[in-house]
This record gives sequence, structure tokens and C-alpha cells, in this order.
Amino acid sequence: MSTATGFLNRYLEGGSWFHRADARVKLVMALGFIFAVATLPPGKWAAFGAMQVLVWLAAGVSRVGLPRVLLRSLVALPFILIALPSVFTRPGIPLFDLNLIFFTATATLEGLEFFVSVLLKSWTSVTAACILTATTPPMRLLEALRALRLPAILVSIVMLMYRYLFVLVEEAQRMMRARAARSAAIGANSGGTLVWRAKSAGGMAGSLFIRTLDRSERIYLAMLARGYDGSIRRQDVPPVSGCELTALAVALSLCAAIAIAARLVI
Amino acid sequence: MLTLNVELPVREWIGALPLHAPDGFFSMPVIIASYAVVAAVVAFSIRRANRSLNERLVPVMGVMAAFIFAAQMLNFPVAGGTSGHLIGGALAAIILGPWAAILVMVAVVGLQALLFQDGGLIALGVNLINMSIISVLAGYGAYWLALRFGSGYTPIMVGGFAAAWLSVVISAVATALLLSLSGTSPLAIALPAMTLAHMLIGIGEGLITVFALMFIKKARPELLKARVKADAPAPAQAVGNSPAPGGLRGARWWVAGYIVAVALTLLAPFASGSPDGLERVAEDAGFISRALDAPYAIIADYQLPGVANEAVATVLAGVIGVTIVYMLVAGGAYLVHRRRAAAHE
Repeated sequence: MSTATGFLNRYLEGGSWFHRADARVKLVMALGFIFAVATLPPGKWAAFGAMQVLVWLAAGVSRVGLPRVLLRSLVALPFILIALPSVFTRPGIPLFDLNLIFFTATATLEGLEFFVSVLLKSWTSVTAACILTATTPPMRLLEALRALRLPAILVSIVMLMYRYLFVLVEEAQRMMRARAARSAAIGANSGGTLVWRAKSAGGMAGSLFIRTLDRSERIYLAMLARGYDGSIRRQDVPPVSGCELTALAVALSLCAAIAIAARLVI
Repeated sequence: MLTLNVELPVREWIGALPLHAPDGFFSMPVIIASYAVVAAVVAFSIRRANRSLNERLVPVMGVMAAFIFAAQMLNFPVAGGTSGHLIGGALAAIILGPWAAILVMVAVVGLQALLFQDGGLIALGVNLINMSIISVLAGYGAYWLALRFGSGYTPIMVGGFAAAWLSVVISAVATALLLSLSGTSPLAIALPAMTLAHMLIGIGEGLITVFALMFIKKARPELLKARVKADAPAPAQAVGNSPAPGGLRGARWWVAGYIVAVALTLLAPFASGSPDGLERVAEDAGFISRALDAPYAIIADYQLPGVANEAVATVLAGVIGVTIVYMLVAGGAYLVHRRRAAAHE
């Protein structure tokens, strides 16, 4: 893999339990965990804490490196802005007033609690997903989708997409490099009007589309030449080992226990 | 291993207000209903796309999905260090047709969530509705409409711009609606904020889509002509496939999916015992009209009349949301169907 598309590679080689485990087990584990986190009512700090402990334990077991997991898990952060108004709009015990020009917004305890809960939910979930992708080769992960009974056609489309992702991203990068080489950029507003810039980017997109269409025809013919007849064949996959199934069962029941306890006990 | 360069998806940070919602922002009823809708639409899209593409489906759709992903990297500087980039829902709809485009966009958004954490794994159903289904259908509907007003260069370009702009704006509207249905963000703030931001972002999307179409029209005019003439199946397939039964079968799918989605919504008040459920939306909207002054006064009408009874308000809000989504989707489908029927005559 070239350095140009290095950022597309999220898998980090390693020999931890997570790296060796079956992708199906890991995918179901991650989905179960995220599902359990999603069901937690806001303000159940003990349950949020327990989920955090679980996910960072997993991060430790994966031996990917905690700083790296932390850095990657910040991906979802900007979206939290959208939940920010809730601090002021949820009815509850008033905390403080924020004087804006047109009106005064009152922050409430319930609002703040809700906001922090969404933040924690989102962060915990994305951390779990980061561990999954850091320890599982993408193709294994896509193969595991079939275990979840996704339509075979859809999985095949995504697999083929992944196969050609790097080819096309590199092609797009070459075009952008060519554009940069032909443009002398000095300052933010140099290089023509907005429409002119959009025209060059749009032309690149159109050109890339035509190249891709031609490529897809060549790929289709190459597949035909190799005996492709439109049907999707599944490779036989070995059954999941008992040890891994046990681990999955333990992890899922732990998640379920925390989710239920959050509603009933705490 | 060179993995430390660009660890964060800078593209999303600088580009637009992201619509890829992470996990934790949507309530359970919204998530479950979204998967029901996605399953129905994807199943329908596979059948429709299969009809015209046959064994080409997998290679063409797969490579086209990779194209959209790659094309999203083609950015251009806008102002103040921000840059516009293609999202591609409308472009895919125009050059591939709505059903194939839905499959392509499902693959794109799905892969982004699964491999790159662009959007949550459980929230994927909602993200697929917003970015893969609604955006494609809205874009295709606008493009189709523009082509009714004439043939030739101008309608394609005007339609292309409208399609791209609308696809982005409607995606944002849908995201705001579903966020407020989940009680995460009050509609009176989320809707104008998301819509206004994406009305600007949509201009970039519109420009880049139009210029891409212009390039394609110049280089390979037949690619757009084929799509303009008819979305109809190739002549060989048209013989054995009269449109009426297909439409009826399709309608049955739609009705079934709608019933499932509404049924799930009716269960919502029982399913979510927590205050973060759907029931918050009415309260929030009611509260906001007091908290906000003139700029948002018009939107105070978003209060649901059934606030008196929380359960009724919840179900109402849910059914309205599901119906809006369905009307958008079914409206697009109906337009396509009618055009196909017209092409057969």
C-alpha cells in the first residue's frame, strides 16, 4: 500500500487476542456493545463508567496503543455541537444563564446531564468501533457482514468497492496533484473565482467518472473471462471456535447486564 | 507501516457540517424504524437495479461506489480556509438512475461507517436514510422534474444543480428531523441551523455536480442521453417485463414497509421508558418557543397539538416523521415508475 492512501488503512498488525479472534465474533461483540450503550438512559453515570471500563480494557487487550485509540476515537467529536442546544432547552433545575444578544438561555441540570450523556455514549461507541477496525483486516470485516445475513449482493458490492477504493483514490489524488502542479496558489483568494474553481473540480469528477465507467467495463469483462456468471459464490468459512463463542457470550451478557442494571437497579 | 499521517478524517472537519452522525445521537425507536425502512428500500433497489444491470450489477455498482468515495476527495477552496467537496448523491442518481444510485450510496456510507468511523455503526440505519436514500431520491426527483421542461443542454444543467442542492439540503432537513425525534436536539434550533448551513454547502455541491455533468456531456454525450430518454430497461428485457406487475409488486413492498415502520412507531412510547425518547420532542418544541425570541418565532408552530397527552404526542411525532420519509421516498418512486410507464408506450 502506498503512502498516498495510507490514511485509508485503519488496520494495525498485531498478535493480540483481538487480532487472532474471528471477525464475526468481534463484529457481533462490537455491535452488541454499542447497542447496549445506545440503550443507556441519560445520567446513569455508573453504567457509563462501566462501559468505559469495558472499552478501555478491550483497548488494553488489543495492544494497539491507548494514545492511538484515544486519538482515533476523537473522530466523532465535532458532531456533538448539534446536541449542545439541549443544555438550554431541556426543562429542569436552572444552573446558569447565558446572555445572548437576542435572548437569555438558561442552562438546566437535566440539559447538561443529557448533553454529557450523549457525549459519553458517542465517545464510548466510537472507541469500540476503532478497536474493531484497528484489529480486523477490512476484508475479514466485510466477510463477517455475511454472518449478519446481509444480502449477498450488497456485501459483494461493498467488497468490490473496497478492492477498487485504493485504485480510484490514488487516481483522484493524481488528478489533484496535477491540478496543484498547474496552479500557483498564493493566499486564500488566489486562483480564480469560486465558480472557476468549482469548474475545475467538477471537471475532475466528470473525468474520473468516465475513467471509472471504462474501468468497470474492463473489470466486468475480466470477471467474465474468469468464469463469472452473475451469481455470488460464498467461500466456506470455518465455524467459530468454542473458546471464542464463550468470550462472545460473556462479553454480550456483561453488556446486557449493565444495560439492564442501568434501568432497574442504579 | 505508515499510518500516522492523517489519522483524523480532516475532510469531514473542514468540509461541511458533517451529516455522518456518530452513535449515541438517536433514540432506539428511531434507530429500529430506520433499519426497517432501509431494509425495504435496499431490497427494492436490488430488484430494480438487477432488472437493468443483471450480472453487471456487482462489478458496476462496486466500482461506482469506489468512484463516489474517491470523488468525495476532490475538493476546491471556498473561502477562509474551508473547502467544498462533492458528496455525490445527486450525481450518482443522475448518471446511474435512482435505484442503482441508492445501492452505490448505501455501499459508500456503509463502508465509511464500518471501516473509517465516519458515522456510527448502530446509527448507520439513520445515516443511510439521510445520505443514501433521501438524498438520492430528492436529487433524482428534482432532476427528473427539470427534464420535463424541455430537452437539451440547459435543463440538464439546471436540473443537475437543483438536484445536487436539494439532495444536500433535504439530507440536512431529514437529519435535523430525526435528531429532534430522538430528543437529542430541539427542532427549532437544529432545523434552521442544519438547513441554513447546508443551503450554502449545497451551492458547492450544485456547482461541482453541474460541471461534472458538463464534462460528461462534452466527452460522452450518450451517457447522459441514455438516462434522459428513459430509465427504462434495455429493449431485450422490456419484452418480458411489463411495468404494471412490477409496479404492483413494488407498491406491496412499500405498503408493507410503511406498516412495519408505523407499527414500530406505535410501540415507541412503550419501548422507551426513559426521558430521552421520542416523547421529548413535543416538550422541547414547546419550551423553545418561550426561550427564543423573534428570529425563530415562526418555528414555534412546530409544537405538536397533542402535547396534553405525552404518549399521543410521541406516536404522532413518530408517525409524522415516518410518513414524511415515506412520502419523499414513495413520491420519488412513483415519479420513476410513471416515467417508465410513459417510456413503454
